[in-house]
Amino acid sequence: MSPSSRIRKIVILLFWVAIWQTAAQLIDNSIVFVGPYPVLCALFNLLPTPGFWLSVGSSLGKISLGFLAAFLCGLAIGCLAYHFTLLREFLEPIIRLMKSVPVASFVILALIGIGSENLAVFISFLVVFPILYVNTIAGLENTDQKLLEMAQIFSVTPAGRFRCIYLPALLPYLTSGCRIALGMSWKSGIAAEVIGIPSHTIGENLYMAKIYLSTAELLAWTIVIILISALFEKVFLLLLEKGVRLCFRFS
Amino acid sequence: MLPFQLIIRNLSKSYGELQVWNRLNLTLDSGQTYCLMGSSGIGKTTLFRILLGLEQPDDGSFSLEPSPGCKLTAVFQEDRLCEAFTPIDNVYLTAGSVLNRRQIIDELSRLLPRESLTRPVSTLSGGMKRRVAIARALLSPSCGILMDEPFTGLDERTRHLVIEYVKEKTSGRLLVVATHQEEDMQALSGILLCPFDVISPTIQTAPPRLC
Repeated sequence: MSPSSRIRKIVILLFWVAIWQTAAQLIDNSIVFVGPYPVLCALFNLLPTPGFWLSVGSSLGKISLGFLAAFLCGLAIGCLAYHFTLLREFLEPIIRLMKSVPVASFVILALIGIGSENLAVFISFLVVFPILYVNTIAGLENTDQKLLEMAQIFSVTPAGRFRCIYLPALLPYLTSGCRIALGMSWKSGIAAEVIGIPSHTIGENLYMAKIYLSTAELLAWTIVIILISALFEKVFLLLLEKGVRLCFRFS
Repeated sequence: MLPFQLIIRNLSKSYGELQVWNRLNLTLDSGQTYCLMGSSGIGKTTLFRILLGLEQPDDGSFSLEPSPGCKLTAVFQEDRLCEAFTPIDNVYLTAGSVLNRRQIIDELSRLLPRESLTRPVSTLSGGMKRRVAIARALLSPSCGILMDEPFTGLDERTRHLVIEYVKEKTSGRLLVVATHQEEDMQALSGILLCPFDVISPTIQTAPPRLC
């Protein structure tokens, strides 16, 4: 990014913060609409408390766990389903169900079944799995048939085929799938926590902010969620790229 | 490798109305170079695809006799390289069972500038990719190589270099080259094959011949 465009971005951002501030002053009601300053204060009040870090750690851990499990399962089962058409047809209704049932219904069902403790793990898994599954199949279907013919002619080993032909075809789909899935896992995971209120989680804190009508705290938590979500996405995509690069390299 | 023959018997192939091959009979000897000439769209690629087992003939058959226990490989009309990988990796993928990386680097250096060997293929020029594809086919284990217009995109000097390399590396094996260029055939000291003139609606039953 060039310095001038960076400055432009900052100016635009400041403009909207100013609008926010003006609106808050006009409305002048700290419950209905809260300005940027109280939100920042709330955020800085939260930061030094151990409860904050406990909640962030617990939610991050659970949602990442669900995401990673879904990533691996989606990838593995997607590969299998690509290979075995029967399996794919069998899974079709389940995947459709997972994609179309509202997250809230799953949350209530899960609350009854497994309780609130591991709710976020379960929900982020449910949201991420179909995305990765569908993207894996799409990537594999996009594999260059001409390269596969080449592999057949030259008797390339299955490992070689995977590394040199399937993986490069899969990668763009995997990356874009992850990008969507990472954001969704966070949002749905937190939403599930707000409904299930497991203790020491971000969702519980959001819920408490609602109970106490503390809009500033609610927005402070929201900022935290956005930041962690962005960081989570960056780190994961970086790791994915690193991992794939490692695969691209022959020993 | 013992000498063998590639024998094509009564091979026919058509796509809908279009008759591409009609009762083609050919016998090709290992250790020889054959040049398949003829204008585009006449069925050279189809014949190669059938011989490579990528397509089934409608009728007829072909075989290697006596079976040398190895197969035919190819330089496709397109390069068909793994674009994200280096030339070394591309060759290693198909020839890794018979050559180590050191040997592959030595071989590729004869055709390509050294610095290009460690770059992803996607960054190479068309002519460089072509040379990688040719090297891959020559260095991988096979008893015969089918090359579909292998020298397109190569300048005069490189073409000469590559042809010399091809001649050296195919010794004892069967080489069939589809080309438009008569000078390629001369440079390869190839035997001209043009079994195409038989495919005219009026003389469909006439036996194909070597010309």
